[in-house]
Parts: sequence; C-alpha cells; structure tokens
Amino acid sequence: MKAVSVQPQTETRERSTSKNYWKEAKKSLRKHWQLYLLVIPPVLFFILFKYLPMANAVLAFKNYQVTKGIWGSPWVGTKYFDMLFNNPQFWTLIKNTLFLSLYQLAATFPIPIILALLLNEVRSLRFKKAVQLITYAPFFISTVVMVSIIMIFLAPRLGLLNVILNAMGMESTNFLGDPTKFRSVYVWSEVWQTTGYSCVIYLAALAGVDPSLYEAAKVDGASRLQKIIHVDIPGILPAAVIILILSVGNIMSLGFEKVYLMQNPLNLQSSEIISTYVYKIGLLNANYSFATAVGLFNSVINLILLVAVNAVSRRISENSLW
Amino acid sequence: MAVIQTTGSISPRRKIRESAGDRVFLSITYILLSLILVAVLYPLIYIVSSSISSPQAVASGKVWLWPVDISFAGYKTVFSNDQILVGYGNSLFYTCCGALISVILTVAIAYPLSKKTFFGRNVLMMFITFTFLFSGGLIPTYLVVKGLHLIDTRWALLLPNAIFVFQVIIARTFFKASIPEELNDAAEIDGCSDIRFLLSVVIPLSKPILAVLTLVYAVAQWNAFFDALIYLKSQHLYPLQLTLRSILIQNFSGGNMDASEQVKRQELAYLMKYSLIVVASLPVLILYPFIQRYFVQGMLIGSIKG
Repeated sequence: MKAVSVQPQTETRERSTSKNYWKEAKKSLRKHWQLYLLVIPPVLFFILFKYLPMANAVLAFKNYQVTKGIWGSPWVGTKYFDMLFNNPQFWTLIKNTLFLSLYQLAATFPIPIILALLLNEVRSLRFKKAVQLITYAPFFISTVVMVSIIMIFLAPRLGLLNVILNAMGMESTNFLGDPTKFRSVYVWSEVWQTTGYSCVIYLAALAGVDPSLYEAAKVDGASRLQKIIHVDIPGILPAAVIILILSVGNIMSLGFEKVYLMQNPLNLQSSEIISTYVYKIGLLNANYSFATAVGLFNSVINLILLVAVNAVSRRISENSLW
Repeated sequence: MAVIQTTGSISPRRKIRESAGDRVFLSITYILLSLILVAVLYPLIYIVSSSISSPQAVASGKVWLWPVDISFAGYKTVFSNDQILVGYGNSLFYTCCGALISVILTVAIAYPLSKKTFFGRNVLMMFITFTFLFSGGLIPTYLVVKGLHLIDTRWALLLPNAIFVFQVIIARTFFKASIPEELNDAAEIDGCSDIRFLLSVVIPLSKPILAVLTLVYAVAQWNAFFDALIYLKSQHLYPLQLTLRSILIQNFSGGNMDASEQVKRQELAYLMKYSLIVVASLPVLILYPFIQRYFVQGMLIGSIKG
C-alpha cells in the first residue's frame, strides 16, 4: 500500500490572497457559466435604465443642446444650481415636499401598528380575517381611481362628505380647492389606502413573538394593556424601526402620481412638490438641464438622509438597514 | 369522605377570569376595529351601489348605501366608449407581457445570487441595491429611453421599470431557503447543468414565490400610469389608467348639444364615473380574495430577511 502523506492542517487553510480570488473566480466561471450568461439580461437592464441615467445626470452641469446631445453640450458648472437656490419658488417646493411627507409619516406610521396590536387581541379568527381582508383591499385600487374617488366624495356640492356636513348644519367646503386642506386630504386618503397593507407586516412580526413571553406575562398577572406594552410592542419594534428608517430616508422623495392628479390651480401653493415641479419644468417645458439639476439635488439629499438615518439607528438600537 | 374531583371539570374557582379592566379593553378593541371596518367598507359599497343606480338618483344625491332605481345605464355607456375598450385591451396586454418579462428577469438574477458558489454575488448584490438608494432622476431616465428610440412604443411601458429590487431580494431569500444545496449537488452528480436544474427542479418547486412575483408585477402594471404619461403620445397605445385619467379627472367626455340633452348627458357622465371606477378596478378586486394570501406570503418572506 502506498503511503499517503497528510499535510499539516495550517498549510491547507486558504488565505485570502488575490491569487486565490482569481482561482475562485475562474472556478466559478467554469462551473456556473450558464448562470453568468443568464445574469446578463438583468444586468443590462440595470445598466441601461438605472446606471446610464445616473451618468446622464451630469446634464445638470451642462447647457443641454439637442443637436449636440448630452456629451457634446457645453459645461456651465453650477449655473443651474445657482438658478435653483435663488429661485424663491425653490423654498416653497422644499417646504411643501417636507410638510406633506412629515404629515404623511406621522399619520401612516402609527396607525397600522395600532391596528395590528388591536387585531392581535381578537380571538375570533373569522373576525380577524374579515378585518384583514377588507382593510387590505383599498391598497389594490390604482392611483387614478383613488384620486377620482376622492374627487367624487369631496365634490363641493354633490360630494358625500359635503352632503353629510350639510345635514349636520355645517356649510360645504371645497376641500380640493383649498390649499390649507390639501395636505389633510392627501394624507388621510393615503392612510385609508395603505393601513391594511402595512398592518400585515406588523401582524407577521407579532406572530413571531415567543409564546412563552405571553405565558410569563399572564402568570405575572399582566392586564391586556400591560401585555401589549411589555410584550407586543418590543416584539414589533425591529420591524417598526426598519420601516421608520426607510420612511424617514425617503422623506424628500415624495411620489409624483397622486399629488399630480390632485393638483389644480387653486391648491397649487401647497400641492407643488419637487417631483411635480421637475416634471413640469423638465418634460412639459423641455428645460432639461434645469430639471436635471433639481432632480439631482433631490437624489443627493435622499442618499444623505438614508445614510444618516441608518447610521443614527445603528447607534441607538441594534436595527439598521445595513 | 370527600369526592375526588376528576380532571374533566374545572371548578369555577380555578377558571381564569378576565379582570373587568381587560373585558372593557376587549370591547373597546372590538368597537374600534368595527369602526375601522366600516370606514373602509362604506366608500366601497357606496361606489358600487351608485354605479348601478339611475343617473337621476345619483345626480340628485339620493344614494346613501343601497342602489336607487337600479339601472345599468352607466355600464352601457362605459362599454360603448371606444377609448375605454382600447385602453382595457392595452392594459391587459401590458399586464400580461410586463409581468412575464419582469418575472423572467427577476428570477434570472435572483437565482444565481442565491447560490453560494456563484463568484461575485456580493458585488452584484451591492450593484443592484445601490439603485435603491440613488437614482439618476426623471429627465436622465427619459433621455435614455428616448435614445433607445422607445418613446411612443409599447416597449416603453414594459422595460424601463421591469425589475423591482425589492422583488429580487424576496426571490433570492426564497431560493436560498427553499432549494437545498444537497439537491443541487445530487443533480450535478447526475450531470445536470445549471440551467436544466433551474428549469426542471427549481421552477416547479418555486410556485409560491413565482405566484407572488407575478401578482406584484401584474398589479403594478395594471395600475401603472406614470410611465404611460411620460413615454406615450399615441392614443391607441394608452393603457386604461391614462384613459381613466382623461375621463375621470380631466372631465373630457362631452360634446356640444342642446340644454336638456346636456343635462341628461351630464347626469350620465357623472354616473359613468362610478361605473368606470368599478369596471377598472374589477379585475383586481375580483381576484383579490384569492391572491391576498399570496401577497401576504410574499411580504412575510420579504420581511423575515429583507
């Protein structure tokens, strides 16, 4: 029988040298070449539709001339950013975007949590499922339909809300034509539409809470309220923090569709936000460079916010996005 | 001699009774939940009832909860409107094709990412998730689409937002958790290639996640409006939502006619809005009870390891 020499353990341990990286890479390429091919179309998608626009964002620093294209147009440095910051409307835009976002956050964050906590108390499975099924439904209504529902219900004369108000002796309000009411209409319809959907995440987190904690609470004689405070809420805290981080990080990136559809000349003071402004200036007025500058500014702010919020969260709790 | 209590019955003293405070809390809970239920349900019922009421009843505000003077005039008007029918057909097309393309692309990137021996998967993952944090913006993206000559074509609605990073993450988590390495090793020993393994083994085993992906992308396509708004100019390509917008929100539906005709027309136009809302939301809301389970599943998978 041949003698087999056994190499000492330490020498066979792989070290992370670049030579080993290459070996691993080649090995993987040879073994999984089909997967590498498979991955090409999606990667192409990301390059074309996500990274190429990022490169195009240099347009913010150039004076775009259609005939010369993006890369042939002359540099103008920070001209458009100066234009932006000196534009009095700019601060209104930021204010509108920020206020609307914060209002929305304040309303849409706690309510699904409360709903989940309440639902968790209910013993009848049928009632629980019925509530879940029904509250989840509005989420599937499209933005266009949602806004038209809002317009129908809040119409000055025939709208249901005004009819009810009249019946109670109050006068009709033009909800959608009043800049002071715009934000409330936007936010509370958002709550109506998304609470059921957000609630599901919290219910899932609650379902994952260790049952022995509930038993311990019961043995200690905790009332329902105490149980909620001491067992339920800590149980959903991780999920809630992550969602909060994401929401705060996205404060300046308030979506376009719903606000745009709800805008009319009467409520424009509070309803013009950054994304609708970029659309109008950029696509409708073809002021490409300026609109790109605004958009770039917005994206950078967003990135900073997300990174900052994540860092803060990592310090004060164990939960963070990365 | 005392009778020994059997374990079959528990003496009243031993039953755990809820304190009065807890019972009050429970009833408040039920009341609150019922209120929420009504708040969500009532607008929906109101819309459906109005849609099958007569134009006069709706215009004079007689409808409160149940339909008044049942009539299908609203629906008749909806289905005789060419624009709406074209929009409906387009939306069906975009939904089916868009969902197909999106699911294929998502799986194509999520599956390799889930394999531990796939070199570069960490870099690839960062490559993808960075797009979550930073974007080029509206105009730069528009210019890319324009440069690819996709403006005013059907592809403009199918490609630019084909992959949602969140869905890739969910799919990858699923593949990681549900396709055991041993299965892959065994197939490899039998000489099964990666692609064959994906198609013959992974896909059949991935029905839940495929259902979730398909539904998320399908609903997103059906409800989509922004891409169509910025990329399409020809009316015959419009999806339903865009047509809805012009009828429901911009009120483009009338022509010129005499006064009484106009009043009738206006009432009908008003009623038609309700019927249109129902017709537009119907496909999604009919399938909804069946697919809700899958959506919930998808969110659970996604939230367990996001």
